[in-house]
Amino acid sequence: MMQRASPAAEPEVLVHLAPALVRLFPDAERQVKVAGSTVAEVMDALDTRWPGMRDRLCDSRPAIRRHINVFVNGERATLATGLAPGAEVWVLTAISGG
Amino acid sequence: MAKKVLVLLGTKKGAFVLESDARRRSWDLSGPFCETWPMNHVIADPATGTIYGAGGNEWFGPAVWKSTDLGKTWTHSSQGLTYGEGEQPIKSAWSLAPGAGGRLYAGVEPAGLFRSDDGGQSWQHVAGLRNHPSRPHWQPGGGGLILHSIVLHPSDSKQAWIGISSAGVFHTADGGETWEPRNRGTRSDYMPEDQRYPEYGQCVHCLVMASGMPDRLYQQNHCGMYRSDDGGRSWQSIEAGLPSSFGFPVAAHPRDPETAYLLPLNGDIAGRFVPEGKAAVWRTRDAGATWQDLREGLPQKNAFLGVLRQAMATDRLDPAGVYFGTSSGSLFASADEGESWNCIAQHLPTITSVETLVIE
Repeated sequence: MMQRASPAAEPEVLVHLAPALVRLFPDAERQVKVAGSTVAEVMDALDTRWPGMRDRLCDSRPAIRRHINVFVNGERATLATGLAPGAEVWVLTAISGG
Repeated sequence: MAKKVLVLLGTKKGAFVLESDARRRSWDLSGPFCETWPMNHVIADPATGTIYGAGGNEWFGPAVWKSTDLGKTWTHSSQGLTYGEGEQPIKSAWSLAPGAGGRLYAGVEPAGLFRSDDGGQSWQHVAGLRNHPSRPHWQPGGGGLILHSIVLHPSDSKQAWIGISSAGVFHTADGGETWEPRNRGTRSDYMPEDQRYPEYGQCVHCLVMASGMPDRLYQQNHCGMYRSDDGGRSWQSIEAGLPSSFGFPVAAHPRDPETAYLLPLNGDIAGRFVPEGKAAVWRTRDAGATWQDLREGLPQKNAFLGVLRQAMATDRLDPAGVYFGTSSGSLFASADEGESWNCIAQHLPTITSVETLVIE
């Protein structure tokens, strides 16, 4: 019988989460590796791990909330921004939000 | 005899809880809770003792917070608190009301109504309200287009009244499927003279129901104080005898439908302070025909303070307690129906809401 090939592991990215966000989810960590090839997929992964986290970072437009900044490779990203394997994603509270 | 009396505060920097016994003389303060989010309305469901807080944070958006241990620990959720993809995002949750069977209602900004049947974990939009044909004409009040008052019929779960700044009072008799404006007799002084009594668009500030009389409602409006004895179908001015027509909160007596409390401010363009810098709560014992100013223990000099929409409440003890929180962070309490007052907390953030919970 032919052996089914193991699926390749999904590429992971390293996500840094803002302190104010982590305070809202008692078991969240400041740095986490999740699978995702876009920022939107990273949001889904965070929400799977900590239910409700996507709602704190994204609104219903859908878009990243106006006073949340997501940086990828030093550039501000949108939900559509693509991510290379091993990319670093910074999820930060913007100064415009207080 | 009550074991505990809790005063629940929403403030611009978190929720606070004060606790006392039935004598209501000394109070223990705890907080801030809810990660110092702006909390617009903090209530308790008297059936369960669960505390809920409606708020919104500039970074993280709206959420309803919940504590099942009288404020020691909290969770939060906004699951389903959305008008859907492509629609205007919800900015903040502004009002809460516990209904029958554990149902919970939330009012939000931009104005709309949601309900939860799982203790605030998930929410469903009561779409009938925003489907009202008047919606394209709803204008925001100075603080935003906000559904800030929810009044539920005590025995008919299909009836509710809501207040929106600045769309007015709306009523449903079918559980939220359809709504009708109920503003006849309330003024919009900021409109041309021939348009000052419109069908909707009034800037209602606070709406409460009289105890034991579901058809009697009291309303503090931006432009006047009113009573209705027909479920809001018509309103009569009850301003005569009051120092101004402007204010934010109104509170109903827990048992007497003829008694209500107001806190008139000096006017919308005069600073919105208590008149002449002298704080007073005004009480009627005859449904608004006459008013008495209550000042004992309240500051009577240089008190440039205001009180916001939801920041006055009564408790259900006898004699009734009355409480109000100021925009300058002070909380005043009376244990004798307003005859005398004490400042029971100060130096708090701006107080946005005051509610009570009595635990037997």
